Amino acid sequence: MRTGTDRRRRAFLTGATVAALLAATMTTAGPARAADPYITVASTTSTDNSGLFRDILPKFEARTGIGVRVVAVGTGAALKLGAKGDADVVLVHARAAEDRFVADGFGVDRRDVMYNDYVVVGPKDDPAGIEGMTDAAAAFARIAAKGVPFSSRGDDSGTNKKELQLWQAAGIDPKPHSGTWYFETGSGMGATLNTAAGRGTYALSDRATWLAFRNRAGLAIAVEGDRRLFNPYGVMLVNPAKHGHVKVKEARMFMDWLTGPAGQAAIAAFRPGGRQLFFPNAKNATN
Amino acid sequence: MTELSDAFVAAFRLVVSLDPALGEIVLRSLQVSLTAVAAASLVALPLGAALALLRFPGRGALTVLVNAMMGLPPVVVGLVVYLLLSRSGPLGVLGLLFTPAAMIVAQTVLILPIVASLARESSEGLWSEYREQLASFGVGPGRAIGTVLWDGRHALATAVLAGFGRASAEVGAVMIVGGNIDHVTRVMTTAIALETSKGDLALALGLGVVLIVISISVNAAIYGLGRSRRREGA
Amino acid sequence: MPAPSILPLTVSSLRFEAGGRRLIDDVGFTLDAGRRSVILGPNGAGKSLTLRICHGLLRPTAGTVRWQGGADVRARQAMVFQRPVMLRRTAWANLSYALSVRGVPRRERAGRIAEALRRAGLLDIARTPARLLSVGEQQRLALARAWLLEPEVLFLDEPTASLDPSATRAVEAIIQAIHAAGAKIVLTTQDMGQARRLGDEVLFLYGGRLLEHAPAERFFETPATPQARAFINGELYEDWN
Repeated sequence: MRTGTDRRRRAFLTGATVAALLAATMTTAGPARAADPYITVASTTSTDNSGLFRDILPKFEARTGIGVRVVAVGTGAALKLGAKGDADVVLVHARAAEDRFVADGFGVDRRDVMYNDYVVVGPKDDPAGIEGMTDAAAAFARIAAKGVPFSSRGDDSGTNKKELQLWQAAGIDPKPHSGTWYFETGSGMGATLNTAAGRGTYALSDRATWLAFRNRAGLAIAVEGDRRLFNPYGVMLVNPAKHGHVKVKEARMFMDWLTGPAGQAAIAAFRPGGRQLFFPNAKNATN
Repeated sequence: MTELSDAFVAAFRLVVSLDPALGEIVLRSLQVSLTAVAAASLVALPLGAALALLRFPGRGALTVLVNAMMGLPPVVVGLVVYLLLSRSGPLGVLGLLFTPAAMIVAQTVLILPIVASLARESSEGLWSEYREQLASFGVGPGRAIGTVLWDGRHALATAVLAGFGRASAEVGAVMIVGGNIDHVTRVMTTAIALETSKGDLALALGLGVVLIVISISVNAAIYGLGRSRRREGA
Repeated sequence: MPAPSILPLTVSSLRFEAGGRRLIDDVGFTLDAGRRSVILGPNGAGKSLTLRICHGLLRPTAGTVRWQGGADVRARQAMVFQRPVMLRRTAWANLSYALSVRGVPRRERAGRIAEALRRAGLLDIARTPARLLSVGEQQRLALARAWLLEPEVLFLDEPTASLDPSATRAVEAIIQAIHAAGAKIVLTTQDMGQARRLGDEVLFLYGGRLLEHAPAERFFETPATPQARAFINGELYEDWN
């Protein structure tokens, strides 16, 4: 008889544990610590990995009570998330792709937010002999001429798009050399920098990720300052006419804040290690 | 070598200081994986036992399918669940993408075949022994499944823990459907991937060490269960 | 309210084939209530198959198994196997399980279980996991479990084949007690001594055929077939066909 009760008690305990677990997950499945109303922002690894969002978003959340959930992927992937309606706001850096995104009707209300710049990094001993050059395309041409290894994101990200533009400007198609001296990692900026550090190759990186990157090994900046290395970020609202669930009101509040005085000041005030990484450049920063 | 020792120092520091950010991530990892294991087991255990006990048309095909699904790469599961849960997908209206619920769904799909397959194996052994006696008692199929599951609970616990191990260790699926959002969907494995991409290898490895400790605890639990099973003569 | 007995059991033209081999061929007999029937024969004679077909665990290739009483005949039989099948639970829980299958309410079980364990001399191991018991204790527990179901017919498939003499004695005593309590016993064995001790009538199976069906005394005194004679005398019978 006791065995029966024991069994029932155990079955009950098991059931209760499972139920409690499910309940706990249900209650926390939505917002864990983030505020209740929230928007989803599809953005790039550079903004997230550099720590920018972690620095400025709490300011917005504190002011408005709106949580911002950042999904950090490459620019190409971020735009696709927006096109499928899986984000409310897209914040990326690839001007041509952004304009196409708007032209195709996936996004509306594109605004400038900020910029930083790209740098060409490479081994300290500089096997291609490009250190100090200010013409990025010429430097790329020299890398190709010497067949010195170069690590490319190869993931359709903003950085990848920029890099391909530079090869084009240098009059070189690197694709046929993929696997010989041109390595397409097909992964994020950090992973690509890890590859560059590990194999001692050159790579194009946004400055923010580079500065926040800890595993530099023998890498250093080789080329910077070219006007073509300018890296502007734009923010867009996912077209609510295409995706009715887009949280237009909250999303616009975020975009207004980001491109308004408070957001722009927050971007400028983000100075990890005393260095400013992003430079605000919104047009109507006075509204 | 310094990187490895740095990693252990980082891990030690994280654990000893009861780092709240780490605690939050560990808790969420456990929450997601345990819920996925519970949900998967709820379906997989009866399914596995049914595959062992019942003879029905399509049983062979279903068994092959379940076994084949065991080796499914997490990223593929993640991709499929993403396409289902995407706002443009068939289940988009639920708005589950980039929430822990989506991660639970992905992990459930991922481990269900594992738990079901292991449950089928253990149930088959038990059933070959019990079949005639239970038939003699006049036990129906539903009750027989219940009996085999209950009496095979130690072996099934191993199956469930194996599922938990797979769930808590995978990164591909939860990265895609969870989005690795800080404070919302960031778990141990996606945090490790993130720290690796930031080049902070010591911290990444430190998180990895914590994950290994959890994994060791789970396996110690499996071992302990195995011992108590032998004591009970099961 | 004693329901009409399910006995007699009438088996006719039974045939069982597996893997292209005819293992039971044209077997027919009638088993009446009360008597202890022993199915005797060497290895491979088809004893266990016949028993399983009677109990309904196997479906015959051809032939019929008919019980006199129609309704719910399975619930009024029980079977004990050569290797006792123990659920991975305590001895007590093994008995409780059998009762719960038969729909006995939980509050009525305790008394019946304790009584069944007492009858089998197993009260002191009630809380022991059944699989940790000796084979002899397991077989006694299997008998106690079968008895608990108060069957009209108890099938036993070589219940002492893997037991030593003292365990065999204990098991046979319980079988006798179950019979004394009113159950029909149908038992297979290869053990001549056991057949003599427990049998009221003998069904002698050989090579899948029923060669003799006779009261025990007559079977042992004057076997009608050379195969039975050889078996009784412990000789090896050469089958020329």
